[in-house]
This record gives sequence, C-alpha cells and structure tokens, in this order.
Amino acid sequence: MSAFLMPSLGADMEAGTLVEQLISPGTDVHRGDIIAVVETQKGAIEIEVFEDGRLENWLVQIGEKVPVGTPLAMIRAQGEPETPQPQDPVPKPPPPEAPPRPEPLPQPPGPELPPPELPQPDQPFPELRARASPAARRLAARTGIDLSTISARADGTIRYADVQARPRQSGMPDMRAAIAAAMARSKREIPHYYLSHQSDLSALEGFVARTNAGRAPEDRLVPAALYVKAVARALRDYPEFNGTYTEDAFAPSDAVHVGLAINLRGKGLVAPALFDTGEKDLDTLMSDMRDLIARTRAGRFKARELSDATITLTSLGDRGVDGLFGVIYPPQVAIVGIGTPRTAPWIADGAVVARPVTTLTLAADHRVSDGHRGALFLRAIDTHLQRPDTI
Amino acid sequence: MTRDSIEQILTAELATIAPDIDMKDVDRSQDLREEFDIDSIDFLNLVTALAKRFGLEMPEADYPQMDTFDHLCDYLVAKTG
Repeated sequence: MSAFLMPSLGADMEAGTLVEQLISPGTDVHRGDIIAVVETQKGAIEIEVFEDGRLENWLVQIGEKVPVGTPLAMIRAQGEPETPQPQDPVPKPPPPEAPPRPEPLPQPPGPELPPPELPQPDQPFPELRARASPAARRLAARTGIDLSTISARADGTIRYADVQARPRQSGMPDMRAAIAAAMARSKREIPHYYLSHQSDLSALEGFVARTNAGRAPEDRLVPAALYVKAVARALRDYPEFNGTYTEDAFAPSDAVHVGLAINLRGKGLVAPALFDTGEKDLDTLMSDMRDLIARTRAGRFKARELSDATITLTSLGDRGVDGLFGVIYPPQVAIVGIGTPRTAPWIADGAVVARPVTTLTLAADHRVSDGHRGALFLRAIDTHLQRPDTI
Repeated sequence: MTRDSIEQILTAELATIAPDIDMKDVDRSQDLREEFDIDSIDFLNLVTALAKRFGLEMPEADYPQMDTFDHLCDYLVAKTG
C-alpha cells in the first residue's frame, strides 16, 4: 500500500486544494490515469497516478487545502494482498465490471466501502439541466457564478474547470501572484546572462510552405514546431542548459521536456512541458503542441506538465517585436526566445538580399554555464533551423 | 449558402477561439489576427474548423485572402458559392 501525495507543481507551490476526486474508492487505476484535480495558484490541474493498482480510499476531502507532500489517497499495488477482512466462508463475487464511462463522476468523500450507487449530490433534486460536480458548485457559489449560465459537457456534467474558465470580474490575481513569485525568485537567485543571434528563416519558411501544400489544415505545421525541435536537438550537444538547479547543484536531465510559454489571452502566462520533445517527429510534436495549447487555455493541464519542464521556449509569434530576453523559470537554468520574423536586409553570397529574419535569444544561469557555451548552444539552434528537412 | 449565414458561422468559430473579444469592437476591414488577438495556432485552428464546416481545402497559399474578417467572408462566399 502506498500513499498518493499532494504533488509539488513548481518551486513556488506550498499547498494545494483538492477539488475533484475523479476515481471512486475500489477502482483500478493505471499509471498515467488522471485521478484528481488540484487547485493551485496556476489554476485547476489534473493529477496523474504513477503506479498501477487500486485506489483504496481518499484521505483528503474535496475542498480541503493541504501542504505539498500530504497523502491524498491510499493505493494498493497490483498483487498486494487486500487488507485483512473478517473471515467469510462464501467467496465474494467479483466486483461487477465497471461500464465504460467517458468521464468518471466525482464522488463526495464517504464511507470506506463504495456504496452500490453514487450518492446523491448535496441538493436532493438539482435543476434538471446539467449536473455539476460538488467542486464546480462550490466554486460557483464562492465566486458568484450562476451555474445555469454555463453550458454542460457532452456527458451532461459541469466540472470545476468549466466554472473556472468563466472569466471573473476580478481577473486572475492568483495567476499574477504565481508569476510574481516565480519571477521574483528567479531574479533574486539566478545570475542570468543574455545572448542574441540573428537567424535567417527562409529555409524554415520554405520547408513549412512545401510541407503544408496539399495538406489538410489539421495536418499543417507552424514554425513553432520547428523551433521546439531545433532547441531539443541542440540540447543533445549542450546538456548544461537542460535540467534543474536545486540545493546548490545542477541536475542535468536525460529527457528533454521543452516548456512552451503560452499566453492565456490577457489572463497571464504558463509554460507547460511538451514531453520527450527530442524523440518526437514534427507531426507528433505539432499535434501535441495544439493539444497542449488548447488544454492550457481551457485551464486543464496535467501536474507533470507544469513541474517537469527542463527548459523553456518562448516565441513571440507573428505579431511581436524583433526579440525578447526571457526570465528563467526556476529551477530551470535556461530560456530560449524567438522573436517575430520580419523581412530585413541580409547578406548572402556577398549581396544584400531581403530575407525573413528573426532574433534568437538565450538567457541562461551563470552558476551552471558560461557565455561561450551559451553562444555555441544558440548557434547550434540556428544551425538546426537552417536544415529543417533533417531536423 | 448566404453571406449572412457564413458570417454567423465565422463569428461563432471566432467566438470559440477568442471568447473575450466582442464583435462590436471589431473592425472587419482590419487585420483579423490583430482584431481578435490570435496567434498562428489559433488561426490554424480557425482554418481547420472552417475547412471542415464548409468542406473546403483552404490551402496555405490562400491565407493572404483571409487577412480580414470581411475578406475571409468574401473568400468563403466565393468558395462555397
């Protein structure tokens, strides 16, 4: 039996509130299943389980705020004997096969044994419209949002994230506070150094145009997918930019999980990770990126996505300025910036020509690396961008 | 399909992508991405949705014809007509 703990979702997180229990006691869980939703300063975050087994019982009630590391639930590993039960001569019938459900219904904390049917929600007969989860109702009550103004999901339920996605009059001070805490810590603790480099994007733009010609929109690439890939490729040769700095030591990471800075339409910024960036082909990266951005803007990202990025990439897109110098997200040690491409004079083969040009930047932690290596790393990114077909 | 119904569909798709933007505040003759504050992935999502909805290809080479709300409407009217 092992305890499933309130995870730390970033250096600035001290506590979290359990807002949804997505798995009923007695249910089998598998590594990677999302079993709970935790509210942090950054929003509602889905929490995955890291082992196969059976969820025995919940230890924390919905709505309870507990420190990082607090056991939230007990999970019995596969093959582990059941907790001793009173002797019973008649073998118990196997638990009925759970019918497949698109969304497990959250269940208020209750008795140890799962009741045969889901208990009724707090109100005996809520409106016949959508069924809202307890956490959703509580959040709606707290923030003064009328649940009937929120449209239900396909399965007829309203969940915490749906209420949370509703813009509040106060804006999102929690998000701003989280950014403030992380960035203030970064500037207090991390001795940044900054580098910049001009890059000609004509090879990349040509590759994207050729690739997308004849492709349906859902299969098209955007340049950001190649930026992500180029960073991951360059990190293979420059591992000192990929990892975390904690307790006075740098811990390089074998895997590359590029955190992608995503703008939340005026509500702030988060940089969740694209996992195993280096090992994915461009089409996979592209669909992962679209999925990550959509979920992030809907306020649904996974805990690991928030805590496990090993470097951050921030791209200004088509409507920004020439370049940006990022602030490292602790405990990471580097952030790569891509400016807005624009047509500019460029020297090629001794002649001045018009080319799409952007400014690549690197902000890195001087405790871990020096400007010389940083420059080589930034140039390696540029080199990969010049060879998009072999990226 | 009439221009009115195409406009309605386009407005609805844009509202999904940019829920914080009020159509009343939008200049339909100005840059679509600026008016709705959308990035390249948002725009790709918009094109994906419209291509499915109208059964069109909407190739990247045609993107310049989709630079404003009005031009995008013109484009959809012409292609679906």
